[in-house]
Amino acid sequence: MKWKMLMIWLVLLAVGILAGKFLFKSKPTSTALTPVKLYEAQGGYTPGLAGADTALAGFKGEIIEVRNGDKIQDAVKKANPGDLIRVYPGSYRETVYIDKDDISFQGIIIEGEWPTLDGGKELNDGFLYSGNGIIIENFKIINYKGNGIMGQAGNNFVIRNNWVVDAGVYGIFPEFGKNGLVEHNVLSGIEDAAIYVGMCDNIDVLHNETYESVAGIEIENSRHCLVENNYTHNNTGGLLVFITPGLPIKTCFDIIVRNNFVVDNNLENFAAPGSIVSGIPQGTGILIMAADDVTLEGNIITGNNNAGITITDLTLVANVATDPESEPNPDRLVILDNFMSNNGNDPGGQLKALMATQMESKGPDIIHFGGGSGGCILDKNKYRTFGLEDYGQCQVRTSIAVKSYMLAEPVPPRDISAEEKGKLTFYGVCSGCHAYGIRMIGPPTRDLQAIYNNNPQGIVDYITNPIRRRENYPEMPPQNYLSEETRMAVAEYMLTVEK
Amino acid sequence: MRTARVITILAITIIAISPTVQSDSEQIILASHCPPGFELTDDNACKCRNMYQQYESLRGSGVGGLKTGLPAIRDGFSPQQIDLGRYLFFDPVLSVDGSLACSSCHDPNYGFSDGKGRAVGMDGAIVQRGAPSLWNVAFLQSLFWDARASTLEEQMQGPLYSAEEMGNTPAKLAATLNNIPAYRRLFADAFPSAQKDIRVQDVHTAITAFESSLVSLNSRYDHYAHGYHEALNENEIEGLNIFRSFVARCAECHTPPLFTNQQVAVLGTPEPDGLPLDQGAQKTYADPKFRAGFKVPSLRNVARTAPYMHSGTFETLKETVAFYTKGRGHAVPEGEDLKLHWHIWEPDLSDRELDRLVDFLETLTDEGFMPQIPQRLPSGLKPGLVRNENK
Ligand code: HEC
Ligand code: HEC
Ligand code: HEC
Repeated sequence: MKWKMLMIWLVLLAVGILAGKFLFKSKPTSTALTPVKLYEAQGGYTPGLAGADTALAGFKGEIIEVRNGDKIQDAVKKANPGDLIRVYPGSYRETVYIDKDDISFQGIIIEGEWPTLDGGKELNDGFLYSGNGIIIENFKIINYKGNGIMGQAGNNFVIRNNWVVDAGVYGIFPEFGKNGLVEHNVLSGIEDAAIYVGMCDNIDVLHNETYESVAGIEIENSRHCLVENNYTHNNTGGLLVFITPGLPIKTCFDIIVRNNFVVDNNLENFAAPGSIVSGIPQGTGILIMAADDVTLEGNIITGNNNAGITITDLTLVANVATDPESEPNPDRLVILDNFMSNNGNDPGGQLKALMATQMESKGPDIIHFGGGSGGCILDKNKYRTFGLEDYGQCQVRTSIAVKSYMLAEPVPPRDISAEEKGKLTFYGVCSGCHAYGIRMIGPPTRDLQAIYNNNPQGIVDYITNPIRRRENYPEMPPQNYLSEETRMAVAEYMLTVEK
Repeated sequence: MRTARVITILAITIIAISPTVQSDSEQIILASHCPPGFELTDDNACKCRNMYQQYESLRGSGVGGLKTGLPAIRDGFSPQQIDLGRYLFFDPVLSVDGSLACSSCHDPNYGFSDGKGRAVGMDGAIVQRGAPSLWNVAFLQSLFWDARASTLEEQMQGPLYSAEEMGNTPAKLAATLNNIPAYRRLFADAFPSAQKDIRVQDVHTAITAFESSLVSLNSRYDHYAHGYHEALNENEIEGLNIFRSFVARCAECHTPPLFTNQQVAVLGTPEPDGLPLDQGAQKTYADPKFRAGFKVPSLRNVARTAPYMHSGTFETLKETVAFYTKGRGHAVPEGEDLKLHWHIWEPDLSDRELDRLVDFLETLTDEGFMPQIPQRLPSGLKPGLVRNENK
């Protein structure tokens, strides 16, 4: 009897737990707030994880929810600028591409379950965006062959709190972007750079952890970047700032590398043969190559077996074509206070030979190699250095006045009036068939002005869905690929053309 | 896609019918309006206007993503100079024996190329490389496969005055043109402030003016880029995504919006028919690191300009694209130590992905601004076009 009761109780309990679990699973609710936009919480310093209280306040778009079994891309297709796409825990096998502006992606993490983009080692990239104002946060991204998150020319982006594991060549790679924030991401197992800022301006890279990758963080051919409070460890090279020759944007300058932990970057190099980073010696803490006006301050650089800080000109990458337009020397480097110890325990090839000439078997804390001038160091005697003879005493003590290199305002879209837009469209499209006073493929603009005098809407209607009007002319192709606004702008402009 | 077909048909129709304004009048008269794509300013200059001028590019570089501004264009020529350049471009009188015009190798019917692997010059001589398309050439900062010229004027003196190609000399060219009354009159119209005699630099300017008018920026890809996402079908979008992915990396070199980053890259492409390796830009920069380096070509209208690569090794786009996945350095001759570009690697693209890439490349076609081939030339000769006896 007693046993029976107990059994019933146990069964009820089990059912209860299951039911609870089931209910909870099938209808995960979220207490998440909308993502912090770039300028919502920016009182000079960036918001980080804590800024979330600003919440729904200024949010005007739609929220589109994506759940396990749905496709994120379907939500992107539906989304309009300003919308938020919320992705619930589950596994999503897709490449999400975003050719629209101002779309936010927010993973909803529930009791430690992440929404996971899983490339299955078949798909190329996780997120691929070209739009401005993209926010991507709270995603786990694994098993891609190309990049975890790649931006091509989007400005004003935020990439935050993502967990990227073994996602291919680069983990997070904004390219050709201006004004962006990469913060609180954790990345590992990347075969080139875990975080790679390439050909960008005004980027902050803050509070990230990168490990077990060939390069932890790489700032390349970019300007005005702040790399602060990151923990980059157990990579081949911890933190790289450099110029790669042969790229269309040729310079790299004004970079602050501050308060980072650069620790034990002694991983064997596993980069693809021929890649630029395949030449990085294992045991590299920080590497500055050919970049100018780089400031190193407050970093904790320990246990990097080749050298703590390596400063070099472009001769380091012997395998890459030269570039007559790239200035090869690292100039005006500023080395302020950094904590350095236990570096250089096992220097490799080139450096080992160099140190041997000094009767040294250890690699240095700081080495400058090849060309470059105008460098300074605050207290050279603290470190074991090599090649810093020309460095002067720094006049500045700290870079802390620079809180962020992001812009005070987002990069505005290019301001273009309806008239201007109409003109660009008229010449860019219509002028192929319509000239002012002469017959081309289509009738002269002058004649059309007479027909549609004061009636731009009539033109809009016609070009959206042209019908055959004239015997001796071919059919006009529809111009419905132009947005409605553009069609009106061009119609109005067409009516004003005078020659 | 219907629009594209209509445009192509229209383009073909104008070439066939050529309803030129002056065709029925005795005298050739230079146009006083700008070609399509250009606005006539108050000081009689044609300025390029296109939808990419709505956008910026980082540091004015003209490379980026979909809504990115183009590199600076060479424009501002007068309508008369452009139109005169058109006559000159098609006129075989520019070559020493009246046999070859620019258009003999850069024929509008072949996407301003010639459909041949390597171009055919004077007396059937086969030159070292293939004739590139001239669409959008006004945006290029360096010219020739090996980037050895930096202006169009400098470039054209290559073919004009080389024995293999048009075989002329500056003095002889000036003399020939000065002997043609119609050209004397037309040059006076196009260069009102110049001396009485035709000067070769004016010839160069006029041809440059015409070349600069060859703008192609309104393909289906462009419709997509400006925001009409229905312009491309699923396969083509998949191709776009492969193209810009970091596995294939095509967009790292063939960067939109021009589909070239205008750099020189060493790919290690093979030569046809057992020809020796072409040293490429090694000569231009006197630097062995550029051995077999070539300028990254724009891929706009690439579907119109088979065969491919600097000496036409590949007949089809599929073969061309497959080159990139056959292994880094697979076609480098033995004993050569080329400094292959770092983006040349082993992307391991599937056959399906290669097909999608080709689908995408075919969306880059737009010949809506096709200029008219003159029906009559001031020299009285017939316009030079590709001759196909051997094909
Ligand atoms: C590919 C060539 C082509 C392009 C590009 C083109 N048109 Fe046309 N258009 C034509 C032709 C041909 C006709 C004459 C059709 C007929 O009468 O059947 C025409 C006719 C028109 C008409 C006259 C309709 C009427 O009621 O008689 C208008 C207005 C017009 N086009 C506006 C535009 C505008 C605006 C654009 C640019 C957005 C444009 N077209 C682009 C070829 C073109
Ligand atoms: C015999 C065929 C032939 C003739 C005639 C010819 N070209 Fe070319 N053109 C070529 C070839 C081949 C190349 C590439 C050569 C190289 O890169 O070494 C070329 C390259 C060019 C380029 C460089 C394009 C680029 O993307 O770099 C331009 C511009 C050009 N030609 C314009 C002209 C003009 C203008 C004329 C007439 C004055 C002309 N060509 C006559 C065959 C010809
Ligand atoms: C490292 C830079 C680079 C990358 C990456 C690259 N290309 Fe190229 N591409 C070039 C260069 C340089 C040439 C000319 C090479 C030659 O002529 O030998 C070229 C030529 C071509 C051509 C022939 C164009 C013509 O007019 O003959 C096509 C098509 C092409 N590439 C497509 C692609 C595709 C598709 C991809 C991606 C799978 C790609 N390329 C990746 C640099 C690159």
